[in-house]
Order: sequence, then C-alpha cells, then structure tokens
Amino acid sequence: MNTTTVWIAIGLTTVGCYLLKLGGLLVPADTLERPLVRRLAALLPIALLAALTAQQTFSADGALVVDARGAGLAAAALALVLRAPFLVVVAVAVVVTAGVRALGG
Amino acid sequence: MAEQSTPPAAPAAGHTARAEAAKPADAAKPDRAVVRDSLGVGVAVGLSGFAFGVTSVGAGLGLLQTCALSLLVFTGASQFALVGALAAGGNPFTAAAGAFFLGTRNAFYGLRLSQLLALPRALRPLGAHWVIDETTAVALAQPTRRAARIGFTVTGLTLYVLWNLTTLVGALGAEAVGDTDAWGLDAAGPAVFLALLAPMLRSATDRAVAGLAVVLGLGFLPVLPAGVPVLVAALAAPAVLWLRGRREDRR
Repeated sequence: MNTTTVWIAIGLTTVGCYLLKLGGLLVPADTLERPLVRRLAALLPIALLAALTAQQTFSADGALVVDARGAGLAAAALALVLRAPFLVVVAVAVVVTAGVRALGG
Repeated sequence: MAEQSTPPAAPAAGHTARAEAAKPADAAKPDRAVVRDSLGVGVAVGLSGFAFGVTSVGAGLGLLQTCALSLLVFTGASQFALVGALAAGGNPFTAAAGAFFLGTRNAFYGLRLSQLLALPRALRPLGAHWVIDETTAVALAQPTRRAARIGFTVTGLTLYVLWNLTTLVGALGAEAVGDTDAWGLDAAGPAVFLALLAPMLRSATDRAVAGLAVVLGLGFLPVLPAGVPVLVAALAAPAVLWLRGRREDRR
C-alpha cells in the first residue's frame, strides 16, 4: 500500500469528519431540521453500513467470493439475534472465520 | 459494566449497538450515577478500538497511520470504512468520501447537542471532536443540562483515552501476529459494521434501504473502481425515500 496515498486519505478523512462534527455544533438549529434531510441522514448510514458489511464479507481483490468470512458473519448475525454484547459479536465472527479456515474452508 | 445485552432504547438519531447503557433517568439524577453510566459506555466501547487496531494493520496500514486515525478521526465506522476501502485498492478520494458520508450523522448529533449542552463558543471546537454516537446517546438520556454535560464529558474522555490505547495495543498485536487473516481477523471489520447496523434496522424502509444497498454494493463491485460501489450503494437511501414518497402520493 502506497504510504503517501494512505496519508492523503487520512488527512482528507480527518478534516472532513471534524468539519462535520463542528458544523453540527455551529450551524443554526433550523438549517438541518427539515424532515426530508433528517430522514435522509438517518438512512444514509444504513445504506453505507449494509453495503460495507456485504462487500467486506464477500469480496477479495475486486471480485465476489464466498469464503470463511461468510460463515463468520453468519455466526455474528446469530449472536446479534441472541442479543450478545458488541465485543462478543466481533469475537464470534473472528473465531468462526479462523475455525473454518483452519478446517480448510 | 453497562447492560450491553438489553435491547437498544428507542434511538433518537441513528444509533449504534454500543450505546445501550444510556437510559432515561429520573429528574434528580445524582452526578455519581451519570458518571457511572458514562464510564460503562466508555469502557465497553473503548475496548473495541482493539478490533480497529488489528483490522487497520491487517489491512496494510502502518502503526503510526493506524494510531493517527484513532487520534484524529475518532469516529469508528468512518475509520473502519477508510481502511477497508484502502485495503481494497481504492484511491484516497473515494476512500475518504465513504468515510465522510458515514460521518454525516455526527453533524446531526452536533445539532442536537449544541442546544442541549449550550457550550461556550470557545469550547465548541474542542468539544466537537467528541461528538459521536455514544457521547450523544449518553448526553441525550440525561434529565438536566448539568447531567448532560457531565455525561458528555466523562463518556468522551473515557472513550477517547481507551479507544486510542486499545487501537495501539491492537495494532501492535497484529504486527506481532503477522498473517492476521489466518486468525480470522479480517472478519472483525465487517462484523463491527453488522453490529452497528443491526439496531438501526427498525422499519420496513430501513430494511429496504439496507437490502438495496447490499445489492448495489455487491453488484457494482466487479465493474467499478474500488471504493466507488459503496458510494453508489449510498444512493439506496434517497432512492427508497423517493419510491416511498411516490407510493404515498398515489394513495
């Protein structure tokens, strides 16, 4: 991974994310209070998180693949249904993925 | 520790699974109780910085880069998204765009917090760095401005210190382990996303957005440059809203 590329990305993200946080504290309250804007703001993270979950589970080097991570994420989903704490959910995904890989999956 | 296994309280502004300890309280809540709640959330979530440290180094970032992200960006989902996009070969601009869009919710948290906390102007640039899911959830759950300020500050401080310490430990651990994939650690990132996503899926609209985003994100993955498909998938949000609006118009 190109070091300069990574630092540029870190710089952009740092500035962008900070301005978002600060902007909310500084702008007049009614600017963002329109119902449509609020709805969109609530749905945007859902779309991004869903896409990211799927992509990081089922892709490798720009291609779609099904491998041990699929099993790990299925186990994590089960843990979520059973209301497991956050860290347990992540740990379950890691352990199951490692286990399936060790078994040659 | 916070009651992590309880279902999330009705969230005000797109919550994470991690902020569940924040509960509505009685009007006269002692400062000690606020501090205790805040520490519970801070400790539980702060520890997950470990997963970020491991994921980031496993994705190919250096120790310094990984720690810089936790120190400077300090909003978990954006950090995970950025290292994931970079690992997939995305250019820095599309990678940062994904992280930025995930961070937009913090602007809406800030909006609510500015009325609630009424921070002096001089303190706002400092306080802004801590405007995230968990500090907002804790502050909004407090009955008074004083309690909200204490909750925001204690949660923010605890989280900031622990998130950065555990990031460092995770990054060092991943460097020591070497092949993080063999240990299944490449599953930590998506599992974090899933755990953040799950409590947000409450209405049929939420689920439709998530479903469409998955289809778009995976469908465009083989054909568009890395980092771009996730931005296309973000269009699921306005698309579903627009379709729903049309259907309501027709009724």
